[in-house]
This record gives sequence, C-alpha cells and structure tokens, in this order.
Amino acid sequence: MSETFTKGMARNIYFGGSLFFILVFLGLTYHTEKEIPERTNESEMTEAVVRGKLVWEQNNCIGCHTLLGEGAYFAPELGNVFVRRGGEEAFNSFLHAWMKAQPLGVPGRRAMPQFNLTEQEVNDMAEFLKWTSKIDTFSWPPNREG
Amino acid sequence: MNLLNPHLKFQSQKVALPYFVFAMILFVGQVLFGLIMATQYVIGDFLFPAIPFNVARMVHTNLLIVWILFGFMGAAYYLIPEESDRELYSPKLAMILFWVFAVAGVLTILGYLLVPYAGLAKMTGNELLPTMGREFLEQPTITKIGIVIVALGFLFNIGMTMLKGRKTAINVVMMTGLIGLAVLFLFSFYNPENLTRDKFYWWWVVHLWVEGVWELIMGSMLAFVLIKITGVDREVIEKWLYVIIAMALITGILGTGHHYFWIGAPGVWLWLGSIFSALEPLPFFAMVLFAFNMVNRRRRQHPNKAASYWAIGTTVTAFLGAGVWGFMHTLAPVNYYTHGTQLTAAHGHLAFYGAYAMIVMTLMSYAMPRLRGLGEAPSARAQSVELWGFWLMTSAMLLITLLLTAAGVVQVWLQRMPADGAAMSFMNTMDQLAVFFWLRLVAGVMFLVGLACYLLSFRQRAEATVQAPATA
Repeated sequence: MSETFTKGMARNIYFGGSLFFILVFLGLTYHTEKEIPERTNESEMTEAVVRGKLVWEQNNCIGCHTLLGEGAYFAPELGNVFVRRGGEEAFNSFLHAWMKAQPLGVPGRRAMPQFNLTEQEVNDMAEFLKWTSKIDTFSWPPNREG
Repeated sequence: MNLLNPHLKFQSQKVALPYFVFAMILFVGQVLFGLIMATQYVIGDFLFPAIPFNVARMVHTNLLIVWILFGFMGAAYYLIPEESDRELYSPKLAMILFWVFAVAGVLTILGYLLVPYAGLAKMTGNELLPTMGREFLEQPTITKIGIVIVALGFLFNIGMTMLKGRKTAINVVMMTGLIGLAVLFLFSFYNPENLTRDKFYWWWVVHLWVEGVWELIMGSMLAFVLIKITGVDREVIEKWLYVIIAMALITGILGTGHHYFWIGAPGVWLWLGSIFSALEPLPFFAMVLFAFNMVNRRRRQHPNKAASYWAIGTTVTAFLGAGVWGFMHTLAPVNYYTHGTQLTAAHGHLAFYGAYAMIVMTLMSYAMPRLRGLGEAPSARAQSVELWGFWLMTSAMLLITLLLTAAGVVQVWLQRMPADGAAMSFMNTMDQLAVFFWLRLVAGVMFLVGLACYLLSFRQRAEATVQAPATA
C-alpha cells in the first residue's frame, strides 16, 4: 500500500464504515420486526405452539435434525414435516405413532432415541411443527423431501 | 513460580500457558467426538443408545467453541501485557477464572454425556429462563451465566492492563473484538417464542461472532505474530490490520442477511444478504496478501519457521474455507438448493479450522517456546514434528471438506433439485452418499494423527534451567 494511504485513514474507514453499517443493520432489524408477525402468522401462535417449541428445545432435536435448514444434517428437515407426513388429517396421529416406535432398531440404520414424551408433549410438538410449516419461507425447501 | 523466565518480556504472561494446554486437551476431545459422529454417519447405530448422535455433536461443537475461547483468552493474556508494555493487572484473577471456566466446562460436558438432555434441562431449571436446545447454545442457562461472569472478569483484567499501559492498534482491536464477543453472547439469553424471531437473534451470536468480531481477534493475533517474526515496521502492519477489519465489518454486518433467506424474515435480506456476504471473502483475501507480503518483506530471519507456516497457513486456509467455500453457496438462488445440506458442513469445517483453530495454533506456535522457557524457537527436530502436524491436519481438513462438498453436490442433485415425487427422500439420499462418508472417516483419522504429531512436538524439554532474577 502506498505511503499516501496512512494508518489514520485506514482507521477512519474502519470506524466510519462499521458505525454506518451497524446503523443500517439496526434499521433493517426494525423493518424485520415489523414484518415478522404477518410472515409467521403470529396470531396463530397458540400456547400449544409455544409449549411445543420448548419440548423441541429441551430434547435437543436440533442436534440431529434441521428446522428451516438450520441444525444438524444427520436426520431429515422438519420445517415441512407436517406437509410431508400427512398434513391436517394425519400428521398428529403420525407423530404419536412415530415417537412411540423409536428407536426402530434396524441394524446399521441411524437411530433416534426414545424420548418418553407425554401425550400432551407430542400434541404440543405437533402444533409447533404445524405452525412452523406455515411460516412464509419464500417456498423453501424446494420440494417436499426437505 | 519464583524463577524468572528470561524469554518472557513480562512474567505475568505465563498465565497464558495453562489456557493453551487446556485448549489442546479440549481439542483432542473435540476430534475424538468428531470421529464418533463420522462413524455414526456410516454405521448409524454405532454407540447407540450410549452416545446418540445429538449428544456427540453437542460435545463436538461445544468443545470447539470452548477451546477456541480458551485459546483466545490465552492469546490475550500473552499479547495484551506485551503490547501494553506492562505486567498483567492481576495474574491471580486470571488463574482463578481459568479454574472456574475449566471446571464449569468439564461439568457441562459431563452433563451432556451422563444425563439425558431433557433431564439436564430440568435439573438446571431451564423453564425459568429457557435458553437451551438451540444449536451451539445448548449449554444450561447456569453455564451461560458462568460464561458471562468469566468473560467479565477476563475483560476487566485485560482492560485494566491496557488502561494503565500503552495503547496500540493491536491491543485496541483485540480488546474491541473481545468486548464484542462478550456483548453479543448476551443475545444467547434472548429466546423469543416466535421461531423466526428466535433464529433472527440467534445469528447475532453465531454469525456476528464468527463472521464479525472474531475476525477482529484473529486479525490482531495475526498482526502481533507477524510483527514478531518478520520485524516489519509496526506502522505498516497496523495499517493492514485496520484495512482488514474495516472490510470484515463492512461486509460482515449486513452479510448476516445470508442467514435470513429462508427463516421467515422479509425479502430485503435476499438482496442485501447475497450482495454483502458475497464480499465477505475480501477481508480473508486481504489477510493472505498481508501475511505473504510481510513475510517477504521481513527484516530478520526468525528461527521459529513453524510459526511462519502457521501464520501463512491460517490466512490461506481461512480464505479457502470461509471465503471460497462460503461464497460458493451464499447467493440466494444457489442457497435455495444448498441450504442445510452437506455443503454447509463442508464450509463450516474448513472455515473454523482455517480461521480460528489455526490462528490459535499460530499464536501458540510463536508463544509456547517462550512460555515453556525454551527460547525463541523450539529445536529443529521439534519444529519438523510440528510441521508434520501442520501439514497432516491441514490436508486432512481439506480432504474432509472436498469429500463433504462432493456429498453435498450429490445430495442437492438427488434430494433438492427434482420436483415432488421425483426427489429422493433424505434417508435414501444419505445411503447414496455412504462412500463419501467412509472416506471422510478415513480423513478424520488422518486429522487425529496430525493432531498427535502436533502435540508430540511439545515433547522437547528446556535445555538450560531458568536462571535467577538478573535485574529488578
């Protein structure tokens, strides 16, 4: 770098640039906050959904699965599992049966632990996953397989 | 502890040593759990139900974060006194915090391994302030509080050292990065009920750490080592440092948007996230130019060759892992297909190893011989073993990355690109990828061998015993 570009100038770009972009970022955060309620159907976020999120967290589901593409990549995406596994008619009963059947015990297959969830906890999680599947994600994932 | 170490400018720098040693112990643990997971990727029920995958992953990623934090703290305790030109404010506080952090860390890991996660949540009262069960932030709330306390004590200690001493660009930037790290961690306590909002602020910890303030810490550590091993004028080095961190924050702050494409956030992020994150390779490219330039312009032949390998190696590998592999899938139209596939894992591995694991080992490579009383550099033999470690670990990680990339491309092709009905299910896709995962396991073993070489390079003992204090 030439001598006309001094350390002081570099420092000013660092301070000025960072400050400017922090402010822009905060502005965009405000915009995002405004948009979130509608994009996520917050009015449909019932108490069961909120309880279901806690069940999701306290069993560390994210340690194997992804949810909206984030998490571990060891087990299927669950952001759209509601759509993939039966939807309105069948998802709730599917989830109950699925959780009860774990671990499947197929030799060599990736195994999901038995979490011993109560009926209520499975219902709550079903509600949470149903609500999640309706978040406006710009139609991600590209197909049902997640 | 009464003996003076003649190779340290300030005796209090010695507190860095236990931090580095403990970081390496955790690093070994991280790699072992990585190998368990790599095995589970091909033999699904390996060690099940004793260590389910989610537990192994939690241990793997949490050990990574904690050992890097130990590395950063060790680096700060070494570098801040030297840059501030005075003894550390309180070596005693540094040692107390070392034990607090080490014990809390070990207990948390044991908790993961010995108690089912839901039980751990119950035991630690997660329902009072739910913060657990989110990726990388799985620690019980009480551990998180402990981390904040340790961070505050740490910042106080190095902050007081700096306030009373000389301020240089290097220590100011390091301090800024560390304060940013602590402040952003506070968002780990904010867990909104709305999943989209939760994810939005979760990235304030994760992205603004690794693609934000951690780059400040990395930049200052790199600048410190380059001054020491090249003897290039401080003015020049510090100018580069400012340019690098300016680029890091100017691209990285809005670059957060590349995580906001598909989580329910508004569409403005599709554009801004794509554009700014596409520029995120720039600071890493500047670091490559910086390291090569300074080494070429060196004014002295430093006897510690291994340290310059690490310094150049970290910039090149970080540029590849964070820069090139990040860019590969950062544009929204590409990310639509690649989001949450093995490509993400490929990028994560090379970026973390190149930028943060390697910068810690760069500083260790420079500082350890002094901390251990060996002198400016380890023996030629020890350096050659260290370089075996460098090359084995780095090529193994590159191999892991290439294999996961290949797996990711095939995964996108089979599972993501076809329409409903034609697309292959996740589990069937994974079966198709088995060959890549087997080879990745082999590369993982190679990494462990590299790490063993690296650790063996510390076997050299001090030849001359340390002398009695010469001057006051």
